[in-house]
Amino acid sequence: MRSMSKLAQVIGVGSLILGGCTVKDVGSGSSSSLAEISGGLSGTVTIDGSSTVFPISQAVAEEFQKQHSDVKVVVGTSGTGGGFKKFVSGETDINDASRPIKQQEIDACRDNNIEYLEMKIAIDGLSVIVNPENDWCKCLTVAQLNSIWKPDSEIINWSDVNPEWPQEKIRLYGPDTDSGTFDYFTEAICGEGGASRSDYTPSADDNVLVRGVAGDKYSLGYFGYAYYKENQDKLEIVGVAAGPDSTTCVKPTDETIEAGEYVPLSRPLFLYVNKASLNKPEVAAYLEYYLQQGQDLISEVGYVRLSESLVTETLQAFKDAFGGSETENGE
Amino acid sequence: MNDLDLALRTHLAARHRLGRVFGTACMLSTWLGIGVLIVLLCGVLWQAVGWLNWSFLTSFDSRHPEQAGILAGLWGSLWLILFTTLFSVPAGVGAALYLEEYSSDTWLRRLIQVNLSNLAGVPSIVYGILGLTVFVRMFGLFGSQPKVVEVPLIFANLQIPLPLGRTVISAALTLSLLILPVVIVAAQEALRAVPASIRQASYALGATQWQTTRDQVLPVAMPGILTGVILAISRAIGETAPLVMIGALTYVAFTPGDISSPVDVFTNPDGIVEAPFDTFTALPIQVFNWVSRPKTEYQHVAAAGIIVLLVALLVMNAAAILMRHKFQKRIRW
Repeated sequence: MRSMSKLAQVIGVGSLILGGCTVKDVGSGSSSSLAEISGGLSGTVTIDGSSTVFPISQAVAEEFQKQHSDVKVVVGTSGTGGGFKKFVSGETDINDASRPIKQQEIDACRDNNIEYLEMKIAIDGLSVIVNPENDWCKCLTVAQLNSIWKPDSEIINWSDVNPEWPQEKIRLYGPDTDSGTFDYFTEAICGEGGASRSDYTPSADDNVLVRGVAGDKYSLGYFGYAYYKENQDKLEIVGVAAGPDSTTCVKPTDETIEAGEYVPLSRPLFLYVNKASLNKPEVAAYLEYYLQQGQDLISEVGYVRLSESLVTETLQAFKDAFGGSETENGE
Repeated sequence: MNDLDLALRTHLAARHRLGRVFGTACMLSTWLGIGVLIVLLCGVLWQAVGWLNWSFLTSFDSRHPEQAGILAGLWGSLWLILFTTLFSVPAGVGAALYLEEYSSDTWLRRLIQVNLSNLAGVPSIVYGILGLTVFVRMFGLFGSQPKVVEVPLIFANLQIPLPLGRTVISAALTLSLLILPVVIVAAQEALRAVPASIRQASYALGATQWQTTRDQVLPVAMPGILTGVILAISRAIGETAPLVMIGALTYVAFTPGDISSPVDVFTNPDGIVEAPFDTFTALPIQVFNWVSRPKTEYQHVAAAGIIVLLVALLVMNAAAILMRHKFQKRIRW
């Protein structure tokens, strides 16, 4: 008797679950119509990509959500390449990138019918760093940096770079080969992305490099500007001269990087935006905020803001793309 | 005679000495582990002092180190562990029971056995790649047309997105796959340790195989199984690589299902069914991110995060150990 009623219960619950099941398509326009009704923005902005750009996207998201509390901005850090894999399959609205998009990623976007908009949003100055006790090396030319860092470099002592410098072994510190910083530095200094001597101390964590250089008088290292800025008391920065003349040395500062004088080690940071996502008002609002109020947050997290003209240029490109998709919508 | 006696005595002394040396070596290896742990804990505690406070536990991540908190990571990890346990323990114990109690010794069984041992050694990132394809994207079966399956429950509407996407449930399924081999092998060992005489006695009294397994074998094996589960879950809670691979986030300013305190479970029952299908971040991801930030203050924030992770781990282990203790007391032979 009891088992019968148990059986009936199981059947009842089972049929309830199966009978009540409905499969629906996910509408993409639902969030925008909701926003129109309530007057405020809602929905989700999905961002992934470079961990270098992450602090900026996070800072902007934090401030943006204070004003639009119903919008959820989520930021991941799969790396520039890992983020693009998700971007090309349409899983994310925006990809943070510390390098321009690669040809194979452009092809993948085309194959999946994804149109994107490239936006420069900030500049990073790769900084060449020595120990504060180092009183000889104030400036290095690109040629000298190349001779130190090129593959199979024969430089062992500081005196091999300049005979007046001490006859002590240079101990080198740099990011590991997975890092976008490594790619950019080798491209700018050695002429080919990924071409570097291999007998240096690599680390994926820039804080380890900071500690390495700070504790070693005869060291030389390079990493992102933000890590130098936060550890200025422990490190000494080296100026870089683009030409052979070492009197034209430029040290990375907020001003020289913004003005584009710190070459060739200034690198732009990008956002790649899925154009289809621009139809979502929350994504458009977030990007607009990023380019306007967001620029003031960039130096807070250790990067350099774009110059006034570059901001206007990017904003114009953004508005053009937005207008384009608007009319597409209307048709 | 005397010579023999003397030789015996010196040899005996030498043998005892050897025994003492071995004992000391064993003690040293114990203290080596504990010593390293103490140094580690002291270092982390020292860094976390002043940073680990109530506001750290109740706020989200921030670009200002002094405002940064662990709330999103803590709740993300709790949901993750809950579902990982729910998936992996029944499946793992079931598989172990089948392999030990029911299946006969065929080549298939031996093949499964060898593969289980191998799977336990596969790097976790590989499981991340698997989870990304199988759970997050579901082999791209749904293309660009994601679907939602609605299941009406008594108190709320369960909405299951297909493919599952970058959700708590995808991550929990991935972590379950990751720890299943460990759970199965540990459970098998525990089942094997149950004396055959117990089973035979049970059969002799007329019990069926199911009755024997349920009433005799499982209760006795339970403490051993729980030990395996504790170790496996401890591994799962600290995993970062597979989570990042399947698209767990780093910055999230909400908790899964918007449940951010135990009270919310009652005031917001809808949240319970939403949480498994929400995006999330986890404790180890937050800690990893903070450690690599340029601002030196974040090192303290990271230390505070590590303490929270350790405490969460200890609380869960303590609960499992209490359960184990309860089962152990029941065994009376």
